[in-house]
Amino acid sequence: MMENVSFATAGAHARAPEMPVKMFGRKVEVFYGQKQALHGVDLEIPERQVTALIGPSGCGKSTFLRCLNRMNDTVAIARVVGDIRLDGEDIYDKSIDVVELRARVGMVFQKPNPFPKSIFENVAYGPRIHGLFKNKAHLQEIVETSLKRAGLFEEVKDRLDEPGTGLSGGQQQRLCIARAIAVSPEVILMDEPCSALDPIATATVEELIDELKQNYTIVIVTHSMQQAARVSQRTAMFHLGRIVEVGPTEKMFSNPDDKRTQDYITGRFG
Amino acid sequence: MTDIPASSRLAGAPRSESAVSDIRSGLSRRKSAQTRLKIYGIVAIVFALTMLGILVGSVVSTSIPAWTQTQVRLDVTVPDDETPNYRSLVNDSLVAAFPQAERDRAALRRFTGILSNGAQFWLRDELQASGAAPGSTVSIWLPVSDPFEQLYEGVISPSTPENRRPLNDQQIADFQSLQQQDRIRSVFDWGLITNADSRFPELAGLKGGLIGSAFLMLVCLCVSVPVGVGAAVYLEEFAPKNKFTDFIEINVNNLAAVPSIVFGLLGLALFLGFLGMPRSAPLVGGLVLAIMTLPTIIITTRAALKAVPPSIREAARGIGASEMQVIAQHVLPLALPGILTGVIIGLAQAIGETAPLLLIGMNAFVTSAPTSMLEASTTLPTQIYIWFDSPERGFVARTSAAICVLLIVLSVMNLFAIVLRRRFERRW
Ligand SMILES: Nc1ncnc2c1ncn2[C@@H]1O[C@H](COP(=O)(O)OP(=O)(O)OP(=O)(O)O)[C@@H](O)[C@H]1O
Ligand SMILES: [Mg+2]
Repeated sequence: MMENVSFATAGAHARAPEMPVKMFGRKVEVFYGQKQALHGVDLEIPERQVTALIGPSGCGKSTFLRCLNRMNDTVAIARVVGDIRLDGEDIYDKSIDVVELRARVGMVFQKPNPFPKSIFENVAYGPRIHGLFKNKAHLQEIVETSLKRAGLFEEVKDRLDEPGTGLSGGQQQRLCIARAIAVSPEVILMDEPCSALDPIATATVEELIDELKQNYTIVIVTHSMQQAARVSQRTAMFHLGRIVEVGPTEKMFSNPDDKRTQDYITGRFG
Repeated sequence: MTDIPASSRLAGAPRSESAVSDIRSGLSRRKSAQTRLKIYGIVAIVFALTMLGILVGSVVSTSIPAWTQTQVRLDVTVPDDETPNYRSLVNDSLVAAFPQAERDRAALRRFTGILSNGAQFWLRDELQASGAAPGSTVSIWLPVSDPFEQLYEGVISPSTPENRRPLNDQQIADFQSLQQQDRIRSVFDWGLITNADSRFPELAGLKGGLIGSAFLMLVCLCVSVPVGVGAAVYLEEFAPKNKFTDFIEINVNNLAAVPSIVFGLLGLALFLGFLGMPRSAPLVGGLVLAIMTLPTIIITTRAALKAVPPSIREAARGIGASEMQVIAQHVLPLALPGILTGVIIGLAQAIGETAPLLLIGMNAFVTSAPTSMLEASTTLPTQIYIWFDSPERGFVARTSAAICVLLIVLSVMNLFAIVLRRRFERRW
């Protein structure tokens, strides 16, 4: 139905004008068994920008994020309705292979979850299963650039064959980011990527996200208003399974339209 | 302050004197509860260890005579015959050692009684192995019969009244004269492991049982591991959660509790009756044990799969691993130590299993070790059963020795399980 990508969402504030829409969801509803977690969410995700999803706990941020690469498929009781498109293609269409989709839309989780394998193998795993390298040297190069982009290479270059689980929490999270970008995804989804990290590691990851937006489209769920303000260009405020306000981050934080957004940002609820 | 009941104190209010003393008196109660629990634990462990010690101690001490073999040295003239009569050769050699037996047939019979009934076969094997030239004389050690072995080992004492022991004074005197001639020795009895079963306790060995059990384990492993792990992976990872899979789950758990003899009946009806497989064959025994261990393997494998952290699955899926790759490359490797432990526990259970094997005839008297899966054979536990059931006194020690061997095999398997676990767990 909606083949045209650049439609305007009624009532929403204009996104950064020069960026085309990479992904969008329309009337997304998610049910966990009888319980409805999302009630008709509309959201556009502009290309090569950071979109932050904020809102109180349990409002459906993770649920929406997990719709974008169909991670909810593995939750037996979850049911997704609505239209979610990547480059105009319906990602819930039968012709779409989730394996390919997840290679295009990567994910970084709240808790760092490196594989119990070496640092090298952690990063090489994606290219390996998708057959993205020509020979061993090429694979090495992919691993190296991914680690460099994730800002981890300098710290681990001498111990690539040591277990990834032996790194510090912040390093592990950056390893997970390197693992995600090693398959050259177009979109990276991050679900509270810094919530298990200390302030210094958080700052490193935030800088990294800022770097990454030059090449990737990023959607990040965060509970930290400062973080949303620092890293994102566009913010969507979720409340009780609905988006109450979406717009440029600057405007959201300086002059929100919705009372609930204002209250949430200023810490009056959530 | 102190007259306020403890329950009505406001949360966050400063603690009163009585609150602190309440906590204190509670503390000592809690501490003594902990100490009591510790003591229960220690008592239970001491009890279990004592029982184990008594069991192992009694088995080992009864088995001692079986580990050694008492032998008589005879000087044998190698015959030049193609097919010599080894029985008369034994007699001739006895006469050489006891000249007085030359004319006295009663004495000769007495001396023959010192030797094992299987001595002639022993002699044949020794002579053929030695390759001595015909006409030459060689010294050969032949096993003594069971009562004399017991005499040598002190189980039968010359001081008990004659009518209360299996050997009379004359026999004891004969044996003692052999001892004075330095013709008696006792050596470690490798035959216990290298011989197959025999009617004569001093010659009976566990080779048949060991090889039979090894065959059984092989069949059991090859059938139950792929089937069990496959079933567990399907049930855990792919099967939809509905009434039907619940039903299967309950039945798998029930199957684990079915008495083993029932599996023997199943094997009897299915493999022997319906499929017409040979009786007493290791293949059939292995299949029966495989069916029996299947629930154990399924249950432990499912537990191991469940224990793999979901974050690893999410991580793999998140970069586009297919469901198959998630399982084969992440979940199974991480579950492997648990699966291996389950498999070895299952096999260790199976190797000691007797009842179902009796039903399919694995307690047959077989005097040669099996060379194929379809030959009649015994197993370690059924061999124990056969020996226990034999009237000859020598089989008492043999039975205990066989139990020791079974226990050693079991300990080695368990050790192996621990080593494997460590190896796979230590990877990271
Ligand atoms: N697997 C699930 N099964 C059933 N209900 C779920 C499941 N996952 C989420 N929910 C429900 O869906 C609603 C939205 O959950 P979601 O995880 O998306 O919230 P969230 O905004 O990410 O919250 P938080 O900030 O705490 O992570 C919640 O009410 C939650 O209870
Ligand atoms: Mg969440």
